[in-house]
Amino acid sequence: MTHLDGIVKAKTRRAKRFLQSREPKLTESLKNCMIIKGGNTSETLSQALKDVYALKKPNAVLYKKKNMVRPFEDSTALEFFSKKSDCSLFLFGSHNKKRPNNLIFGRMFDFHVLDMFELGVERCVSLKALKKDTCPVGTKPLLVFAGELFDTDREHQRLRSVLTDFFCGPRVSAVRLAGLEHVLHFTALEGRIYMRSYRVLLKKSGCRTPRVQLEDMGPSFDFSMRRSHMASDDLYRTAHKKPKGVKPKKKKNISHDAFGTRFGRLHMQKQNLDKLQTRKMKGLRKRKRRGEPAESVPPKTAKTDV
Amino acid sequence: MASCSIEDVLAKAERDEAEKLRSIAVNKELDLEFDPGHLLAFDKNRVDTREFKDNKGEDFLRSLARDNTQLLINEIWKLPTEKVDEVIVAKLPDSTTPLPREKPAPKPKPPTKWEQFAKLKGIQKKKKTNMVWDEVHKEWKRRWGYKRANDDTKEWLIEVPVTADPNEDQFAKRNKAKKERVARNEYNRLKNVARAQKIKVPGIGLAPTSQQSKSELAQAVNVAKISTASVGKFQEKLPKEKTSKNTGKKRKFQPLIGDFGSEKQKQLDLLKVMDSKKPRLDVTKAVNKQMREEDRESAQKSKKSFGKKGRKGNMSGKGKGKGMAGGKGKGKGMAGGKGPKGKGRKPNMKQGKR
Repeated sequence: MTHLDGIVKAKTRRAKRFLQSREPKLTESLKNCMIIKGGNTSETLSQALKDVYALKKPNAVLYKKKNMVRPFEDSTALEFFSKKSDCSLFLFGSHNKKRPNNLIFGRMFDFHVLDMFELGVERCVSLKALKKDTCPVGTKPLLVFAGELFDTDREHQRLRSVLTDFFCGPRVSAVRLAGLEHVLHFTALEGRIYMRSYRVLLKKSGCRTPRVQLEDMGPSFDFSMRRSHMASDDLYRTAHKKPKGVKPKKKKNISHDAFGTRFGRLHMQKQNLDKLQTRKMKGLRKRKRRGEPAESVPPKTAKTDV
Repeated sequence: MASCSIEDVLAKAERDEAEKLRSIAVNKELDLEFDPGHLLAFDKNRVDTREFKDNKGEDFLRSLARDNTQLLINEIWKLPTEKVDEVIVAKLPDSTTPLPREKPAPKPKPPTKWEQFAKLKGIQKKKKTNMVWDEVHKEWKRRWGYKRANDDTKEWLIEVPVTADPNEDQFAKRNKAKKERVARNEYNRLKNVARAQKIKVPGIGLAPTSQQSKSELAQAVNVAKISTASVGKFQEKLPKEKTSKNTGKKRKFQPLIGDFGSEKQKQLDLLKVMDSKKPRLDVTKAVNKQMREEDRESAQKSKKSFGKKGRKGNMSGKGKGKGMAGGKGKGKGMAGGKGPKGKGRKPNMKQGKR
């Protein structure tokens, strides 16, 4: 609702708070995600959408009804949805003859599409199918990417960034060690991307760090890359621009050694130690002499006299 | 013997240690890249395709994932920990992976007209207390809102001023005045919004006022008259009505002697604009030109190649003279080729213009 910023005035406190929550913030902690069903979806696809929704749950909106949208042809509808639900990430699923089982992962900047990647689902194992324990809702997953392609290929690099953005959840300053229960593993291999989701079991290893065992949790997908839309470099740079207030100003000329001791250089005037005031006591009190007033004149003026 | 036993013990301890570490250690050709801020790891190693096929994909992927996760967990466990509410928590550093923002960073709000004025005059905001003593009710009450102190809307009697019309409803008058103040405030707010977004503020000359003066009325009449489709050309006139003058915007000139710095800057800016102006590129025109040039080149090439063939034949037969003539002929041919085209076009153009 940016186009109405400041023009429509909230009539109640509650509405004001709501509008404030949608205003741009200096530090953003969370991106919401909308999961949209396309005009036609196959059974596997709607199950996949539901599963991803389950993974993203507190920060996601599921659009369950049919939406005749073609993001690569016309993204205005998506932009409208994103404004409506204040989401900047989206997952769009559609199924047709030309592109069966199509998933589009994407993200927005300022309610305009930044990047989107079309992935075809070749194989899908849903959460339900495995019938195993799942991790609690809202668990922040560990994300692992494997494969050369994610490093060398430009499209894959960007896809890695999109997937990180999509799944990494809220930005937090601390994490409960026992709560690291969920891993999402993405492997790029022979033009396919294998997304696997595992439950982490932390076993005793004898030392502080536990030994990791994994258990299949689902959903797991085999993706094949299809179309992609990447933002222009200019827009991409703008989207990454950090606001001024966030970065703390670096203090100059201060260094630290290995133990964290702070070093710096102090600039002081030369001290006259002869006139150092020690502890005042009656016994040490200076006596006033007659010649003293001339002596107590500061040296600078004395110089000018000479 | 004693020394031997000590060595044994040490060796055994070392072995134990190694055993313990082995359960959590993973060997990789290239080290992984970690970003603990996002709980992220990136394995750049080449994934062995053969193993993937041999080992029945799923198991292979799981073992790969286990190794990578173990490495990531090792990395996270190295972070400084804290105890919060009986729970061990690892402090995460700032993430190193750059991710785009959701919305552009907020801009500072442009000051309102009042804020500008207050800053100019050095007027500072004062915090007013919320509760105020109400003389009538002998009670502390809120300054604003429901059940406020000294509420003048709740009076049951208003004295009619001597100058006022005795039949006028003073309550209604007060209500109307209040409503007008509210509307005025809203209008000012919208003006501030418009100024902030650099939109031209409409109708500044004819803002609603409670009592319009003669000049204001005259201006309103003038504006109404020219607000027709034909800009007031066919408006009827009163018998002795004068045509309005000076209703438009007056030209304003810079003072003759004033701020030299700003003047210089203005000139420099103008020069800069003039300097930076480049002729605009007409894409269709440029493309047509390019295509024509290409056509011409290809045509020339084909002709040349024909010519060469001809030349060869000529060279074998007679002397240079024929070759020269052939060259001339070519030139003529070119000109002839061009001529009719031009002729054909020119009249068309003229016709189009007419």
